[in-house]
Amino acid sequence: MSDTQTVADSNGPLQSSKGKDDIIVIQHLHKWYGDFHVLKDVNLTVKSKERIVVCGPSGSGKSTLIRCINRLEEHQRGDLFVNGIELTNDLKNIDLIRREVGMVFQHFNLFPHLTVLENCTLGPIWVRQTPKKEAEETAMKYLERVKIPEQAKKFPGQLSGGQQQRVAIARSLCMNPKIMLFDEPTSALDPEMIKEVLDTMIELAETGMTMLVVTHEMGFAKTVADRVIFMDGGEIIEQNKPHEFFERPQHERTKLFLSQILAH
Amino acid sequence: MTYADTPTPATTYPPGTHPSLPPPASEVGPIHWIRVNLFGSVTNSLLTLLAIYLLYKTIPPLIHWMFVDAAYTGASRNECLEKAGGACWAFIGSRLQLFIYGFYPEPERWRVDLSAILLLAALVPVLYDRVPHRGKALIFTALYPVIAGVLLVGGILGLEHVPTDKFGGLMLNVIIGVTGIAFSLPIGILLALGRQSHLPILRIICVSFIEFIRGVPLITLLFVAAVMLSYFVPPGTNFDLLVRMLIMVTLFASGYMAEVIRGGLQAIPKGQYEAADSMGLKYWQAMRLIVLPQALKISIPGIVNTFIALYKDTTLVIVIGRLDILGIGRSSLADSKWNGLSTEVYVFVAIFFFVSCFLMSRYSLWLEKKLHTGH
Repeated sequence: MSDTQTVADSNGPLQSSKGKDDIIVIQHLHKWYGDFHVLKDVNLTVKSKERIVVCGPSGSGKSTLIRCINRLEEHQRGDLFVNGIELTNDLKNIDLIRREVGMVFQHFNLFPHLTVLENCTLGPIWVRQTPKKEAEETAMKYLERVKIPEQAKKFPGQLSGGQQQRVAIARSLCMNPKIMLFDEPTSALDPEMIKEVLDTMIELAETGMTMLVVTHEMGFAKTVADRVIFMDGGEIIEQNKPHEFFERPQHERTKLFLSQILAH
Repeated sequence: MTYADTPTPATTYPPGTHPSLPPPASEVGPIHWIRVNLFGSVTNSLLTLLAIYLLYKTIPPLIHWMFVDAAYTGASRNECLEKAGGACWAFIGSRLQLFIYGFYPEPERWRVDLSAILLLAALVPVLYDRVPHRGKALIFTALYPVIAGVLLVGGILGLEHVPTDKFGGLMLNVIIGVTGIAFSLPIGILLALGRQSHLPILRIICVSFIEFIRGVPLITLLFVAAVMLSYFVPPGTNFDLLVRMLIMVTLFASGYMAEVIRGGLQAIPKGQYEAADSMGLKYWQAMRLIVLPQALKISIPGIVNTFIALYKDTTLVIVIGRLDILGIGRSSLADSKWNGLSTEVYVFVAIFFFVSCFLMSRYSLWLEKKLHTGH
């Protein structure tokens, strides 16, 4: 299956034959919030180590889609496989999947009553039963990687937004996930701090992490992404390699969107 | 317009190099504080003067009555009156044992003292988290209710049995207050979590319980404890009245506690739950490690408010014929030797409650400050 697939050929029975490398397989996914049909027959296959940027206007369902992957949102119809495990109501499967999937939120969602270090060791200690000392060593390693080891003893409330988001990335990495989901990681940041977070994400991408990033940072998409997905109205309208996507968008809706976000 | 006390900076700084200067003298110090807080405006000044006048009229006479003109010794009210015209504290002094122990048999009162000392020891690791070996100390705290029960009631280990209707005075207030406080918090937490549960049956049970408790006066519950509960237990079983009171007071406080904690839970952003979930924490882990520490911290003022209300409500046991510190005081007034000393009794009881409640309130402020982790 080529990277330049379009919606038309990603539908259908071909998709169900999962490749060995496919770490996320989404088939005919539907989701409703009450009467509102948020996700309409979404199909997506993500290969291991693939970096995908999801963009689209607000309300297009892009956040909902990646939140379905770790079951922060429940889908009502369709199949979703993560790391070979099917995501159903089975709590055991949900727990197994969440261990392998890290998530970074728009508003960081650090735990304000714990220090930066404790934020990073909580998951490994309680979910993976890692001994405390080992968890702290791992945490320091990742805090160094995101370049804020000196803040380890501070509380999140004492850090800037950019620093908090880097802690959030380190916190997810401490769980040693196979997949990282980013839900608009730079949308709540001051312009001056966006770069430090994007740099951290670029470095992470270079280590071969499978990443799904919902973002409006088109520069990031051009530099890092293997594939850009454009969503609107709960559907995947178009997906392509970054340069193809930006140079030769196929759909009118995509062209309009790109003209609006690239105009300023 | 010029500011006489603001020295005009002699130097000008190139952009980006202006240092932070100390504030002008009019913005700091006691004079500034008085000017802003006491005489900030005409109304403010008038209120300040009025308050000073009222304090002048009330405080000196009170001090005279309580301390200067008070009689500390004497065998009857008349002896007090001969000595001085103020308060007759000799009355309280002569009955102090009764005020503290109620009708607990005199030779056994060391057991009450020992329980009180052990209570303080049990409280230390709960109130203060930096005690050495806190884990082991907390095991002792968990065992304390059993230890205190055995010690106070006796009947085993060679301790003489003391029926609970001999309990009275301050010890009764403390027993009911501490039991209510210790058990209403965990029950309240469970009720508050149950009220948020996704399981409809659990939610309905918790909501009805909370609404029932809040809709019924405590006195009614105590009457129920005294009279009605005996209908529900099998005949022949002796379900101690004190235990029934303890249960009722605890349940009553838990209903209020649940609502206080629910307020705290609602203040926790959804993102905290999502972060905990996405990390793979299980429900109870997420509650214990992430949600409750934050929710309880927010709820501290309300929790302590409930504790204080509960502690003062312990005086209501008088309606079912048990004499706590207030009840002992009231019944002491019937003594003809000490006729007409109700003011002394009520002042004494009021001071006792004020001191206990004020300590709780100060502790909660200290705790709030300690747990504050933001800017």
